[in-house]
Amino acid sequence: MSHDERAGRRDDERAEASAEPGAAGAPAFEAIGLTRSYRLDGGVQVDALRGADLRIGQGEFAAIVGPSGSGKSTLMHLLGCLDRPTSGTLLVNGVDVATLDDARLADLRNRTIGFVFQSFHLLPRTSALDNVALPLVYRGAPRAVRRERARAALEAVGLGHRLTHRPSQMSGGEQQRVAIARALVGDPRVLLADEPTGNLDSRNGEEVMGLLERLNEGGVAVVLVTHDADVAARARRQIRVRDGRIERDT
Amino acid sequence: MRTAEALRMAVEALRVNRLRSMLTMLGVIIGVLSVVILVAIGTGAKNAVEKEIAGLGSNIILVVPGQVGLGAAPTQSRLDLSDVAYVRRVVGDPSKVTVAVNSGEPVRVGRVEVFATLTGTDENMPHVFDRPLRRGRYLTGTDVDTRRRVVILGSEVAAKLFGDVDPIGRQVTIAGVRFRVIGVYETVGSTFGVARDQEVHLPVTTAQRLIGLPRINGIAVGASGPDEIEPLRQRVVAALAARYPDETFSAVTQTQLLGTIGTVLGMLTGVLAAIAGISLLVGGVGVSNIMLVSVRERTKEIGLRKALGARGRDILGQFLIEAVLLTTIGGVIGILTGVGGALLIQAVSPVPASITWWSIVLAFGVSAAVGVFFGVAPARRAARLDPVVALRTD
Repeated sequence: MSHDERAGRRDDERAEASAEPGAAGAPAFEAIGLTRSYRLDGGVQVDALRGADLRIGQGEFAAIVGPSGSGKSTLMHLLGCLDRPTSGTLLVNGVDVATLDDARLADLRNRTIGFVFQSFHLLPRTSALDNVALPLVYRGAPRAVRRERARAALEAVGLGHRLTHRPSQMSGGEQQRVAIARALVGDPRVLLADEPTGNLDSRNGEEVMGLLERLNEGGVAVVLVTHDADVAARARRQIRVRDGRIERDT
Repeated sequence: MRTAEALRMAVEALRVNRLRSMLTMLGVIIGVLSVVILVAIGTGAKNAVEKEIAGLGSNIILVVPGQVGLGAAPTQSRLDLSDVAYVRRVVGDPSKVTVAVNSGEPVRVGRVEVFATLTGTDENMPHVFDRPLRRGRYLTGTDVDTRRRVVILGSEVAAKLFGDVDPIGRQVTIAGVRFRVIGVYETVGSTFGVARDQEVHLPVTTAQRLIGLPRINGIAVGASGPDEIEPLRQRVVAALAARYPDETFSAVTQTQLLGTIGTVLGMLTGVLAAIAGISLLVGGVGVSNIMLVSVRERTKEIGLRKALGARGRDILGQFLIEAVLLTTIGGVIGILTGVGGALLIQAVSPVPASITWWSIVLAFGVSAAVGVFFGVAPARRAARLDPVVALRTD
């Protein structure tokens, strides 16, 4: 298959995706009675999430806050389709994720959601450019397109001069910006950030938050999980989770 | 994901753990190497024997008493010279029939003694067999009729007894009887482990008197062409069966010999290849093992890739390609060293080695298949990893 064909097909798929039912005007996330339980090795059942109802609109900037063990990370993993709920319904852009198989779910993660993790999760021994281009690899984008878009994404986070650097050659703040560039490169509609400033000092944390705010102004919904009150205060909406339930939503 | 991309990632992963990759490959390399070398030796042996048989001469039928076949016990011969005359009449062309009486005896010149295979034969031997002379002459009818005490020496016997001296006209002693050397054969090598250069030919009549028995060991008939072989063989067998109704006779042709020997040596080659194949299998287990370690080590990476949109089959492909790459690179190195080893064996040892293309193709194919077979389980394990669990691993 030629590069052009691939690129052409990609655009077709995207057009198809936006034509899916409920895609237009549907909220980014809609959770109804979402629960998640799992068993520890000892057989003890843990109810990490005990029924969450939540609606996050397109372009929102929301913070999920709560003490550790409250279920906020579990909620985020469910929203990001990294995990499947035990019960309840989750619609992402109006699509019920329970109806999606592994491949479609992967596609949803690839095209709709960008992830930023507390510990960056960059591939070691791999340049910033290749790290950022990784999501495009799974879309079958040709190499030239991948490199071009990865470069643009890195420039957007102010790392245009660090393209060939490896994670080990960069500061924590720079690594997190690479991770944000990677989350952005596929033009997602939602960015999920799990304690994005947790491993950074206040100056770098500030820089990352500024970046997330700018992205949100550009129309991307940002949902971040944090237990840092200052970080949470930057979001326009705060969703407080406690003991597996949404305690307050302001 | 594109294959080129997956391949690039696999190369990178193998490069990162260079020593480990090399050691894992070593198992495959040794397996492939032994397949190539052992098949080369088996094939070389087969080719050498076939060449020896062909080197006897063309279109030969060997008539011996009893059954000839694998595991058949040697039969006491009842044939004598009158039977040779009888076969001559059956065949029609007397010059195309010759005879052999064999016995092992020491041959002495002064203090030098050599153990040689005495073969009593006649003047027709060179019409049936390919046996060029280096010096001197063949036996004549008169030699046979008058029981002359003359010998023709195989090249090795001549060299051992006389060294650089020309043996023609000189005396050798066999079982206390003195013989005059009338010829020396060219070096012809051995057939069926019979070192033909260690033979000493003498008139069949002289040989019978020396051994003290009127028997002969076999009759050889030369057919005029390949198409003549089978009808002639049947005629000779039928004639002998009519003459001796209680006895069995066998007339073997070169084609039959080639077939039998070829089957045996082909089986041998197969067994050797199978043994080598087992070591290739062991190499495959090593690949499987190391891939499982690799999947465990890279759990976090797999989780991340899934979070970024890798499907189960992308991950499966990545690890499978890695395993196959490991075994096929090992396979290529094994083939190269195997071919090199076979050439070396051929060059420096008496073991004939002949490289066959099918063993190379087979070795490569099997090593690739081993990669798929032993890579599937680890790759599936990787593909099934739950992204959340994988990302949580630290």
